[in-house]
Amino acid sequence: MPAVSKGDGMRGLAVFISDIRNCKSKEAEIKRINKELANIRSKFKGDKALDGYSKKKYVCKLLFIFLLGHDIDFGHMEAVNLLSSNKYTEKQIGYLFISVLVNSNSELIRLINNAIKNDLSSRNPTFMCLALHCIANVGSREMAEAFAGEIPRILVAGDTMDSVKQSAALCLLRLYKASPDLVLMGEWTSRVVHLLNDQSCMSVQRSILPLPHCLYPLDFNPSPPFLLQIVSSASTDLQDYTYYFVPAPWLSCKLLRLLQCYPPPEDGAVKGRLVECLETILNKAQEPPKSKKVQHSNAKNAILFEAISLIIHYDSEPNLLVRACNQLGQFLQHRETNLRYLALESMCTLASSEFSHEAVKTHIETVINALKTERDVSVRQRAADLLYAMCDRSNAKQIVAEMLSYLETADYSIREEMVLKVAILAEKYAVDYSWYVDTILNLIRIAGDYVSEEVWYRVIQIVINRDDVQGYAAKTVFEALQAPACHENMVKVGGYILGEFGNLIAGDPRSSPLVQFNLLHSKFHLCSVPTRALLLSAYIKFINLFPETKATIQEVLRSDSQIRNSDVELQQRAVEYLKLSSIASTDVLATVLEEMPPFPERESSILAKLKKKKGPGAVSVELEDGKERGELNGGGDRGGDASTPSPSADLLGLRSTAPASGATPSAGSLLVDVFSEAGPSATSAGVNDDGFLRFVCKNNGVLFENQLLQIGIKSEYRQNLGRMYLFYGNKTSVQFVSFNTTVSCPGELQSHILQLEPLVEGGAQVQQVINIECLTDFIDAPLLNIKFRYGGALQNISLKLPVTINKFFQPTEMAAADFFQRWKQLSQPQQEAQKIFKASHGMDTEVLKAKLLGLGTALLENVDPNPENYVCAGVIQTKAQQVGCLLRLEPNAQAQVHTHKSAVNSNLQVFTQMFNVIQVWAFAGPLNDFHILVLKPFQHCFLCMLVVIIVLLEHKSSPQSKIFHS
Amino acid sequence: LVATGVGAKTYRRIRFILIQNRAGKTRLAKWYMQFDDDEKQKLIEEVHAVVTVRDAKHTNFVEFRNFKIIYRRYAGLYFCICVDVTDNNLAYLEGIHNFVEVLNEYFHNVCELDLVFNFYKVYTVVDEMFLAGEIRETSQTKVLKQLLMLQSLE
Repeated sequence: MPAVSKGDGMRGLAVFISDIRNCKSKEAEIKRINKELANIRSKFKGDKALDGYSKKKYVCKLLFIFLLGHDIDFGHMEAVNLLSSNKYTEKQIGYLFISVLVNSNSELIRLINNAIKNDLSSRNPTFMCLALHCIANVGSREMAEAFAGEIPRILVAGDTMDSVKQSAALCLLRLYKASPDLVLMGEWTSRVVHLLNDQSCMSVQRSILPLPHCLYPLDFNPSPPFLLQIVSSASTDLQDYTYYFVPAPWLSCKLLRLLQCYPPPEDGAVKGRLVECLETILNKAQEPPKSKKVQHSNAKNAILFEAISLIIHYDSEPNLLVRACNQLGQFLQHRETNLRYLALESMCTLASSEFSHEAVKTHIETVINALKTERDVSVRQRAADLLYAMCDRSNAKQIVAEMLSYLETADYSIREEMVLKVAILAEKYAVDYSWYVDTILNLIRIAGDYVSEEVWYRVIQIVINRDDVQGYAAKTVFEALQAPACHENMVKVGGYILGEFGNLIAGDPRSSPLVQFNLLHSKFHLCSVPTRALLLSAYIKFINLFPETKATIQEVLRSDSQIRNSDVELQQRAVEYLKLSSIASTDVLATVLEEMPPFPERESSILAKLKKKKGPGAVSVELEDGKERGELNGGGDRGGDASTPSPSADLLGLRSTAPASGATPSAGSLLVDVFSEAGPSATSAGVNDDGFLRFVCKNNGVLFENQLLQIGIKSEYRQNLGRMYLFYGNKTSVQFVSFNTTVSCPGELQSHILQLEPLVEGGAQVQQVINIECLTDFIDAPLLNIKFRYGGALQNISLKLPVTINKFFQPTEMAAADFFQRWKQLSQPQQEAQKIFKASHGMDTEVLKAKLLGLGTALLENVDPNPENYVCAGVIQTKAQQVGCLLRLEPNAQAQVHTHKSAVNSNLQVFTQMFNVIQVWAFAGPLNDFHILVLKPFQHCFLCMLVVIIVLLEHKSSPQSKIFHS
Repeated sequence: LVATGVGAKTYRRIRFILIQNRAGKTRLAKWYMQFDDDEKQKLIEEVHAVVTVRDAKHTNFVEFRNFKIIYRRYAGLYFCICVDVTDNNLAYLEGIHNFVEVLNEYFHNVCELDLVFNFYKVYTVVDEMFLAGEIRETSQTKVLKQLLMLQSLE
């Protein structure tokens, strides 16, 4: 293939680039650039019109200057001019300039969009691709507004070339990511699936696969049959798409990734084929390589790792999980560092599956070895993660010991995290607490600087809550403090524990009260202020525990260095403790300085810290197991009330756990009366439907909010299909883990929900898409159930998704004569329903109109002879049938309140017997001013009409209505 | 990356592609996320610092902020792709190699200077192979055929 020569076609550019490269100094370069800029400026401003070639050359030079890191403030117009050139090279430079130097200058955007529009309709595939690439590169909202409708058309048009389809698909993806609301579902989505199944063009398939799956129709089969074909095909079958003897590696990976967005197929046959497919991939890993090149094995293993991810995602095939684990086990000792790294990483997730946990554990020695010998710190880090993930009661002592010994030489960057992990494992799997205390004290000794407050607070909490370990703890800290140089954290723990439990070892003359005190005090002067303050408190506790130390300690407190300390806190403590010890009687002293009460049980603050520091894989395991922690702390039965602040709250976690509020009690108790009419409403205990009512007439807004979580909703409906975007916002600064959402639908609706990542970072927002299809009419709204763990506590929230039958209304326009003719035809009692109710707010015309439109019907103007009335028409679209519907709202500001009411009441009774379904929609929230009663026809006759009459009465506070009442 | 990372978990994609030489000079920067110019410069410097300290015994992957860099060194040039942590490392690593092979064929034994003098053509090659943060075309035959066709246009 011919090589491209330097600066091909643009000599001036090549010369300029050479000049710049030859500049000896930054100054020289700037000088040369300024000269060039002046030259270009004068050319652009000159009287002589520039030809396309010169324009291209100068624009290209400007681009080069910009890429060198200099500001460019002109030339945009010339670049835009290039877009309308007929020459590819000129157009290309124009588009490149626009893509690199995006400018939100509105005037230019209009011109650019115009040029793009021309190129898109040019039928010249080269130009179409240039335009599409520009949209994909810029992806601005303006462009989405201009082209989101056009691109799907190009994508599915029969005469579009494959290369253009590829670009169109990815361009659409970009627009969807930037402005999801502008890319609408439509006819084209089903044709996209058709393209996806068209095996004649693999490149188009490859480009369509990343499209957001919510754009696929509901009946999309998530296991394209050709996956099996690709993975089992011979390397020669796919020609262009075979890479180092591996057939279509990237396409295979993408397909396997796509499958991870769906739950395992329910259809046994489909699942069987998928399993077969995964087995084929695992088998291939065992075959001898077809090439010695690393590219071959990388491509092959890219598919293998993706397949293993899918196997883990399904987590239902023990056989596959164990095979995956064995395969990864081989990689653990592979000579390629990349493979060892990836195997460790992948095994971490396998460790959390009940089916493969044991299989993972068999590799413990290899992993420990990796921790000790790997050269790359990131590989060692993965090994530490894996040890942490595979840890359970059976191997905890070994793993903790290995991690402790690794800590002595560990890289600084990962020490703190290692410390947290050791602390958590030691606590979680402690069978005897002396082991736990030893481990934590070892941690402080080995890596004292990396032991955060959370860790030493925790050991104190546990010692205080467990009386069987207190004596041992006192003895151990006493011994640890003997070391000539011990870490300040050790002094803190020692001071606290001896102050509380020093009496337990005071019987031994080697650790008599005075020896204990002298030992602590020998560290005093080397410590920071907070530690000294803690030690002073320990001293006053000593006076209570051991009256014989009183004189010595008072002496210390009285010394100038304490009582006149420049630090206010220390001085105050010294003064107060001194006075307290001299004035108070023994009894008072004993009461004041009593042993600390047990700490209320709460989530380990260490765990919270690790979760904050680390991603999901590392901490998922121990979250399952809050029970054991409770046991260990013994706080469960002895603990105080968690909501009462403990006197030494600073010893607890720094972050107080927000109350575990599941569904907040419906603030809409006001709405209960409204809803009582609803009859078979799906409201069950704990379901939050406060938000629900507000969405009858609108599609966007905040559906739910509590202290932890905010859920926003955005929905769109088209015929009998709906698409709903839910935005989950984590309002806390802590991760939500095991975040899981499910939707349960009544049989009349069909929904498809895309699974989310199980982790929502603090402060982050994630988006979920739910597709809904209305099969036939329905009453019960779908229920959304959200489960996640926040700080160890399981949160469970149930919400009604605001899907009401009126969402599937299609507005219908009709003339007055037509309307009333139909109205009259629908005179059968079962075809008509009427409801009278009070307007709790004023009857503002615009508000009413907005609500009726929000209902989904067409508001028919100039149809009803009475201008006060509103009439509407619409067709409810379900898959099974379409139901036409007419509606009249008669606001009545003044009279006949009494009469109308009774008329309706009697009617209502008749109607309830006559129809099997009654649905009441309540208009709630700020628009809480009228109700509609809809009665559905008993027979599901096609196109049967349904009449709804709504009569609105003003609020009873109106003076007129009062008169009538009396 | 942090500011715009909200909701990013939902969609995996390439965040940026960088080609840098050992001295840290950028030979190509292709962004698939909105960054302002200062942020871009910072990212370029950080990637350089992270990648150049690693040797052949290290993996080709390195954690980077909330993402990861998949990179491979060819002579004096580092080809880096920034992707999400859950993305397939090896697929992107070979994606780089595939790209380099295309460049090599197109520029006939590509060297750093080719990328400097033909920077505007390199963008075309990238757009043929990667678009909107996704892999667009992986067939070397097809990409080269298309590039040759474009080359012949005036």
